[in-house]
Amino acid sequence: MTSSDQTWSFLMGRLSLDALPLHEPIILATFAMVALGGLTLVAALTWFRLWTYLWKEWFTSVDHKKIGVMYMVLGLVMFLRGFADAIMMRIQQAIAFNGSEGYLTAHHYDQVFTAHGVIMIFFVAMPFVTGLMNFVVPLQIGARDVSFPFLNNFSFWMTTAGAVLVMASLFIGEFAATGWLAYPPLSGLAYSPGVGVDYYIWALQIAGVGTTLSGINLIATIVKMRAPGMSLMKMPIFTWTSLCTNVLIVASFPVLTAVLVLLSLDRYVGTNFFTNDLGGSPMMYVNLIWIWGHPEVYILVLPIFGVFSEVTATFCGKRLFGYSSMVYATVVITILSYVVWLHHFFTMGSGASVNSFFGITTMVISIPTGAKLFNWMFTMYRARIRYDLPMMWTVAFMLTFVIGGMTGVLLAVPPADFVLHNSLFLIAHFHNVIIGGVVFGVFAAINYWWPKAFGFKLEPFWGKVSFWLWVPGFWLAFSPLYVMGLMGVTRRMRVFDDPSLQIWFVIAAIGAFMIAGGIAAMLVQYGVSIMRRDQNRDETGDPWNARTLEWATSSPPPAYNFAFTPIAHDLDAWADMKRLGVVRPLDGFRPIHMPRNTGAGVILSGISLIFGFAMIWHIWWLAIVGFAGLLITAIAHTFNYDRAYHIPAETVAATEAQRTRQLAAHQGASA
Amino acid sequence: MSQKPARFALLASMHRFRPRLAVVRTGLVGSAAALLGGCKLEVLNPSGDVAWQQAHMVEIATALMLLIIVPVMALTVWFAWKYRAGNTEARYEPEWSHSTQLELVIWSAPLLIIIALGAVTWVGTHLQDPYRALARIDKDKPLDARIAPLDIEVVALDWKWLFIYPGQKVATVNELVLPVDRQVRFHITSATVMNSFYVPAMAGQIYAMPGMETTLHAVLNKQGDYTGFSANYSGAGFSHMRFATHGVSAAAFESWAAGLRDSKGAALTREAYLQLEKPSEKEPVRRFASVAPDLFDAVVNLCVRPGKMCASEMMALDARGGTGSAGRFNMAALTYDKNGREQVASAVPGGMTAADRLFVKAWCAPTKPLRAASAEVASPANSAPLRGAAIAWPGSVTKPAGPLLSLARTTRAPRS
Amino acid sequence: MSTPQQPLPASLSGATLTAGYYDLNEHDHPEGGSTLLGFWIYLMSDCLIFAMLFAAFGVLGGNFAAGPGPKDLFDLPLVALNTAMLLFSSMTYGFAMLAMQRGTKGPVIGWLIATALFGAAFLSIELYEFSHLIAEGATPQRSAFLSAFFTLVGTHGLHVTFGLVWLAVLLVQIGQRGLCDANRRRILCLSMFWHFLDVIWIGVFTFVYLMGMVR
Repeated sequence: MTSSDQTWSFLMGRLSLDALPLHEPIILATFAMVALGGLTLVAALTWFRLWTYLWKEWFTSVDHKKIGVMYMVLGLVMFLRGFADAIMMRIQQAIAFNGSEGYLTAHHYDQVFTAHGVIMIFFVAMPFVTGLMNFVVPLQIGARDVSFPFLNNFSFWMTTAGAVLVMASLFIGEFAATGWLAYPPLSGLAYSPGVGVDYYIWALQIAGVGTTLSGINLIATIVKMRAPGMSLMKMPIFTWTSLCTNVLIVASFPVLTAVLVLLSLDRYVGTNFFTNDLGGSPMMYVNLIWIWGHPEVYILVLPIFGVFSEVTATFCGKRLFGYSSMVYATVVITILSYVVWLHHFFTMGSGASVNSFFGITTMVISIPTGAKLFNWMFTMYRARIRYDLPMMWTVAFMLTFVIGGMTGVLLAVPPADFVLHNSLFLIAHFHNVIIGGVVFGVFAAINYWWPKAFGFKLEPFWGKVSFWLWVPGFWLAFSPLYVMGLMGVTRRMRVFDDPSLQIWFVIAAIGAFMIAGGIAAMLVQYGVSIMRRDQNRDETGDPWNARTLEWATSSPPPAYNFAFTPIAHDLDAWADMKRLGVVRPLDGFRPIHMPRNTGAGVILSGISLIFGFAMIWHIWWLAIVGFAGLLITAIAHTFNYDRAYHIPAETVAATEAQRTRQLAAHQGASA
Repeated sequence: MSQKPARFALLASMHRFRPRLAVVRTGLVGSAAALLGGCKLEVLNPSGDVAWQQAHMVEIATALMLLIIVPVMALTVWFAWKYRAGNTEARYEPEWSHSTQLELVIWSAPLLIIIALGAVTWVGTHLQDPYRALARIDKDKPLDARIAPLDIEVVALDWKWLFIYPGQKVATVNELVLPVDRQVRFHITSATVMNSFYVPAMAGQIYAMPGMETTLHAVLNKQGDYTGFSANYSGAGFSHMRFATHGVSAAAFESWAAGLRDSKGAALTREAYLQLEKPSEKEPVRRFASVAPDLFDAVVNLCVRPGKMCASEMMALDARGGTGSAGRFNMAALTYDKNGREQVASAVPGGMTAADRLFVKAWCAPTKPLRAASAEVASPANSAPLRGAAIAWPGSVTKPAGPLLSLARTTRAPRS
Repeated sequence: MSTPQQPLPASLSGATLTAGYYDLNEHDHPEGGSTLLGFWIYLMSDCLIFAMLFAAFGVLGGNFAAGPGPKDLFDLPLVALNTAMLLFSSMTYGFAMLAMQRGTKGPVIGWLIATALFGAAFLSIELYEFSHLIAEGATPQRSAFLSAFFTLVGTHGLHVTFGLVWLAVLLVQIGQRGLCDANRRRILCLSMFWHFLDVIWIGVFTFVYLMGMVR
């Protein structure tokens, strides 16, 4: 080794020019597009002098509403990336027949399916649900912000840092080629010596810090900051499901953190937790990761159940049927989700009694879930259902999700699982529940709460186009997978030798392209709605005639949410206030104590990103510098004791007077 | 709507189920076949009895759940249509939000279905436990207890399958030849990462894991050519990790094995195995006329390489508290790389990088692995219609057929 | 839940109704009202990380890979001394808390320094033990048992290290601003953290060292 090599490897670790995908035209073209798009965006922001605005009003903001919106934007951006991966897989599997290798090498294809899973779960679904909870929960409980506003900002930026690492792996080095849960020994150093698994580990660890902290934050918020009068059994269902979700987050993400620490020790230090030899146990990894992994599924879907509950009650113009049974169902699901993890590996050789136990506990979860479904159904009974977009997605969800639930219970029967495990049937099942549940729910939520966030409604036309492309597109894309699962076709295959399968993959690809159309229509919907925002203004703050407190304030809400904290007397507090004709207070405003914006979150996450990157590429000096930087910045932040300020009473009075005028004008216009 | 499945569950006898469910089965398969224009749903129409019973479970479970899924979907559509805002004639009760009777129904209906399904699951899981010896050859033919099961040892390699026939003393790569209508007992392991051994036409899958042995009892009932593969992603060559499975008559099997043994073909010695173990893709079918003794046990115990201590010996030592200070430096290192896999290097404790894979050196020269203890669940003595160990008929006391609770059977503990 | 609760008489109107539905005499919410609860939840999540490490040790603790086991490696008197150091540090922290209740800054600082010294002694003994084991060839790479041992005990040690850094920072802050509300909250949080580490150590001492010797 020459001395210049040594200098290089000291300075840059494993990183060299070879890490750039100069020989892979697909990635290079993608890079060119992303770079071009990125440069255009940067140029536009600079041209319109938006950087200061973004930094002051958004990036450093501790306002839960803005952080919620930023989470949604992150989820949307990563959704496009994750979906691009999906389309690539669908095309590969539709053409790799009759000796054709398709257009993706194994090295590339294996990264694509791994990245698809990781991105869709950690950087799409998680930001979406966290964003929704962040935006809605404090408003719904009549609070002015979350318990720890700075931590909230920090959590968001940690999640973003993880997402940036995953994106960086596309152009610098490689991502893991192990499947989204990175089972050892395959993910161990012996079988995956490259940087891919390290990208996986550090992206998830950094984002995981954010997720855990945001979980702690929202639990404290819901427990401590509810409006007076709002006892636990008067909390809106969405807040209930959020509470349960955050309990799940806090009680399961540490497990992921621990298991990834052990995996990184195996990879960085040479310990023997999950190695084949010297007493290691790969089976322990599989158990531990699913002890996190199964609750994770409910972390995603519980808040969405909450969304559907709010939407159903609002658009049915009716109280939610069976509120308390809904709450108990949520709690039961929360607890049961910890005793089912083994159903992900019935085929690992456990005894029949163990398998039956976990199979039956899994089935038991379908009872509270079924009860929830009945509750929504009976909310629709004797209702006046308005079919705006949120309600359309809800009905689509109800009809789609039951099928996914059914195939899920089917997979919980161990003998059935022996023939369907790891097959395309399984893939169809979990997309059936995640798309049919989480994704449809997120779309319902976006259409429902968009006017609250931005002050104008979304255009229904393009939303309906999107809906009618998405729902049939989904079924076209995933029904063939159910069929192929029953034909014994396994997942993660890159090439096929049975030509009779091709037609099914072609149908699935057509479905995927319909979904692509649905996504495009959705983006058009957002664009058109923003352009025509003046026609769709929500002057009242309550465009859907809804029932919970977030609709009691203006759209968009002022920074302080409520000039006076509302007092809840009923489950549907806002519906109750409307029924009695409560007039909001018009004078006597007081200064409002609010947290101050801070850049510490952005800086800490930026340093974490550098630290993670240095660890991935074995650039030890940079890792040490980064770690020291983290420590010093964090300590420096604790010396800042001045973290809050008062919004003067005059400002509050002026804002509220503006709202009074707006309401009066609206009433005048509609009268 | 939930009475019937509950009764089904209480009568949870597979035997009693059959006549009624045969209708469901034909119905399901029939409609599916019509829909799919005759494409081959191998999982639902397999050629082996174990897979057939598992497919049967798929159908029972589906039928049970459809009892509730269909009404739910129908009611949803009906309510969604009837109570649309435009239909002002429909009743509107904005304050109605509770009904104890309805609550009772919506919790108990799924509960009854799950009780039924849970009972079926408990029984089926025990009866179709892959570790359990078969009780029958197919639905009309009981097992002949005098015929010993055919043992086949399966090793998942990067990225091909090795099949060792210890009784016939031959071995093949990527080709599995089975006599039909004879119980086969697969001993499954992996030499590298996790895989899953799956022949959909024959029986459900089970993981193949390094350093561990899993067991599968199966039978093939129809002669013919089938495909088997790895059902658990194992790296770059995974897509091609497929093997031909041939179901032949008992006589043809014996003559095939004898012919292979007498063919003076290649021998699968430990050295040949170490060559074979190296990663390769799209490996053609290979046949070996002889196999080194104890090769499979050495693979399970990770000690095919000379000089390496077998896991079984290691565990026996560990059970006695390790080897004390003597064991600290009894190490050598393997350096792995992505393609060449392993090279031996000298090991200096504390001076290794994470990339060095250590191994423990054997104490004495020939490394003879101990046979892994079998965790087999015995076949019930009575091959009459099974009711499962869990639910006894009133008045009849049947002894459970095997240990009901055995957690970690992927064991490699020595038998001694 | 389905019927309106505490309904206000419908005859009420205007200002009375408004006063019933809005908190008109609201005062500032005291800053940090949720801090102790939030920190407690964080500790529980940290506890889960330790639970996983204990579980890993439980699974792998007997896998010596034909190498040395606990009886060959552990030095119980040394570990007992170590345990005593940590327990003493918890006690001195308790005195610091009592001093804080009395609102006397000097004794708080004094007791916290004593705590830091005991904590540093604990860490030094642990580092001595680790270096001794590694020098003897009982490295974390030698067997799954040693991997799990070093990770569990080392993670606890890492927590104590962070506790010491925090303690140092807090001492500076108390020196600067005295026992203001924010500092009192921080002393309380660190106290929970410190006692939590004590409880974890009791688990380590029992489960790893004592049970390792009788295993």
